[in-house]
Amino acid sequence: MAFSFDLLTEALLFGVLLGCFYAAVSIGLSVSFGLLDVPNVAHPAIMVLGSYATYVVASYGLDPIVAGVLLMPVFFVLGILIYRFYYESFEKRGTEAGVRGLAFFFGIAFIIEVGLILVFGVDQRTVAARYIGSSLALGDYRIPYRMLVAFGVALVLTFSLTLYLSKTFTGRAIKAVAQDEAALRLMGVNPVRIKQWAFGIATGVSALAGAMLIIVGPVEPAVDRVYIGRTFCVVVLAGLGSMTGTLGAGLILGISESIVLMFFGASWAPAVAFGLLLVVLGIRPQGLFGR
Amino acid sequence: MNFTRRKVLGAAGAAALASAVPGKKVFAQTGPVKIGMSMPQTGSLGAGGQAALVALRMWVEDINAKGGLLNRQVELIAYDDQTNPANTPGIYTKLLDVDKVDLLIAPYGTVPTAPIMPLVKQRGLLLMGNFSFQVNAKVQHDMWFNNSPWNDASSWSDGFFEAGKKAGAKTVAVLAADNDFAQNLANGARELAKKANITSVYDQNYPPTTTDFSSLIRGIRAAKPEIVFVMSYPNDSVAIVRAVNEIGVGSQVQLFGGGMVGLQFTPIMSSLGSLLNGITNYNSYVPGMKYPGIEDFLQRYAKKAAEAKVDPLGFYLPPFNYAIGQILEQAVNAVKSLDQKKLAAWLHGNEVKTVVGAIRWDKNGEWAKARVVQAQFRGIVDKDVEQFRQPGKQVVIYPSDYQTGQAITPFEKARGGK
Repeated sequence: MAFSFDLLTEALLFGVLLGCFYAAVSIGLSVSFGLLDVPNVAHPAIMVLGSYATYVVASYGLDPIVAGVLLMPVFFVLGILIYRFYYESFEKRGTEAGVRGLAFFFGIAFIIEVGLILVFGVDQRTVAARYIGSSLALGDYRIPYRMLVAFGVALVLTFSLTLYLSKTFTGRAIKAVAQDEAALRLMGVNPVRIKQWAFGIATGVSALAGAMLIIVGPVEPAVDRVYIGRTFCVVVLAGLGSMTGTLGAGLILGISESIVLMFFGASWAPAVAFGLLLVVLGIRPQGLFGR
Repeated sequence: MNFTRRKVLGAAGAAALASAVPGKKVFAQTGPVKIGMSMPQTGSLGAGGQAALVALRMWVEDINAKGGLLNRQVELIAYDDQTNPANTPGIYTKLLDVDKVDLLIAPYGTVPTAPIMPLVKQRGLLLMGNFSFQVNAKVQHDMWFNNSPWNDASSWSDGFFEAGKKAGAKTVAVLAADNDFAQNLANGARELAKKANITSVYDQNYPPTTTDFSSLIRGIRAAKPEIVFVMSYPNDSVAIVRAVNEIGVGSQVQLFGGGMVGLQFTPIMSSLGSLLNGITNYNSYVPGMKYPGIEDFLQRYAKKAAEAKVDPLGFYLPPFNYAIGQILEQAVNAVKSLDQKKLAAWLHGNEVKTVVGAIRWDKNGEWAKARVVQAQFRGIVDKDVEQFRQPGKQVVIYPSDYQTGQAITPFEKARGGK
C-alpha cells in the first residue's frame, strides 16, 4: 500500500482503538498472572464465558455494557471459588504443584469451551446495540462506535483498577502480596484471603471484558484460542502487574499491528507483535513498565 | 493329489508372502458396512460440519431402511477434528487401523482435508471429497471424488469476474485468508483478473488471528478498486461485512464478495440480516434452483435440523453431503463390491444422480462441469430466518443455466436495492 499521511493517521487512530481493546481484554490477566503469579491460562475462556453470559442477559433487552457490569459480581464470586480450589489443591502444596496448577487452568478452559458448545452449540453469537454496526464520521475518517466503546471501557477499567490498587487498603495489600507475601503475613494480613479477593476482581473484570468482546465482534466457544497469545503478550510486555503498563503495552501492540497491517501486509502483524515482545524481553526482562 | 512336504511348504510360503503384500486391504465381509470420516464439529467450520453430519445420518437411515449396502447395514463413524488440520491424519489412521472402516469420506473443508491426501494415496483408498478446493491438484490421487460443484481454481470465481466485467470494472482488490483454501482461490481470481485485463490495486492476505478488519477495509477504500474479491472463513466473513458497513468501501465499487465462506450458513445470514444486501457471493444452492428430490430432502432435513439444533435451512452443505451417500450407494450397487479400485473405476466412467443433480467427474475427481452459483443478496431484512427460504432473496447471476436476474451495480446502489 502506497504511503500517505491520511492512511498513517487512520492507522494510528485504529491502532489506538485496537490497542485499548487489547488492554481491556488483558487487564484481568494482569491482575491474576501479573500480580498474583497464578498461571491463569483460562483467562480468555472465562472472558468468552462472560461474552455468552452477556448474550443471555442482553437477550432480555438490556444494553450489553450494562449486562457486563451486572455480571461482574457473579464473576467475582466465581473467581473466588476458582482461586480457593486452586489454592487448596495446588498452590498450598508448593512449586511443583503450581506447575500442575497450569494443567488445572487448561482444564478449566476446556470445560468452559465444551460446556458452551453443549449449551449454545458452535454457532456464532452476537448482540445488538445502537453503537454496533455504525460509525462516527469525521471528515473522510469513519470510526466504528463499537471500537470507541472498547476504548472507553479500557480507560475506565485501567484507571479504576489503578486507583483501587493505590488508594485503598485492600488494593495496597494486593500489591504487597505480589511483592512480599511473608512480610504481609507478619503485618497480620492473611495473604490467601487477599489473593482470593484479587482473583475475584480479575475474574469480575473478565465479565466486562467479555461483554466488550461480543460487542466488538461475534463470538463462538473456541474464540478464546485467538486471544490466549495476545493477552499474555500484552501482560508480559507491560511488565507483570502494571495496570497503566497494560494499557501502554496494549497501545504499542495495537498501533504496531495497525501500521504493519496497513502498509506492509496483514500476515506480518502477529510476527511484529511477538517480535516486539522478544526484543523488549531481551532489553528489559521486567517488561516495559515493570519495576 | 500327491502332497509332498516341499509342495506344502511352498504353498504356505506363497500364502504368507501374498498376505504380506502392502496395499491389499482385507475388508470385513460380515457385520455393518463401516463408513468413516472426521468432521469439524467445533471450531470455525463446526456449524457447517454439524449440519452436514445431519444430512449424512439421514442418508444412513434411508439406506438402512432399504436394506443397507450389499445386504449389510451401514454404520457411520464420525470424529470431531475441531477444524484443526493437525488432527485429521491421526483420526484417519485410527479409522483405518482401529475402526477398520470399509469406506472413507473426507472432512468438510479444504484445510482439514489437505493433510490426509498423502495417506489415502499411499494406501490406495477411495476418498469422497467434501467441499474442499483443489486438494487433489498436486497430489493427483485417481481415487478421489469431490462432492462440491467446482473444479479448477478459476471455476469458483469466474461468475464473479464475468459480472464485474459486465459492470465495466477495470481494477480489483483481493483480500484473502492466509490458508490453503483461500490462497488457492486467490490464485484463481488473480489469473482471471489478468485474463480479463483487470488490474490489481490491492492484494492482501490476512492471518487467521485477525480480530478487527477496520484497517484492512480502510486500505481497500484507499485503493479505490471497482470490484472487491474476498476469500474468508466464517468468523472473518462476519467481521468483514460489519466493517464494510461501518467504514464503507467507496462509491466506485461495483461488486463486493466472491468467496466468503459463512454467508451461506443460516445463523450467520440471520445475524447479519440487512447488512448482507448487495453482496454478491458464491453458493452451492439457493431456493429456486430445481433438482429432482431436493425439496423433499430439504423438508425432511428441516425437521432433523430442528431436533439437532443446527442450521435450520441447510441449503449449502447438507444436500451435497446427502449426495455423497447417494454416490456411494450407486457405485456399490453397480459393482456389487466394496473393492476400492472397482468403485473408483466405476465412478470415473459413470454419471450419478443425486439430490444436487447429475454429477460426472473429470480425471482429477472434480466435477466435469462446474456449477458454482454467484448470487446477490437483495431485500434482506433483519431478524427473519424464514425470508431465506424464498426465491429472490439471493438472485442467481451466474451460471446462465440457473440465472434469475442481473447483478445490480454499483455496490452502494445494490445495498439499498429491494
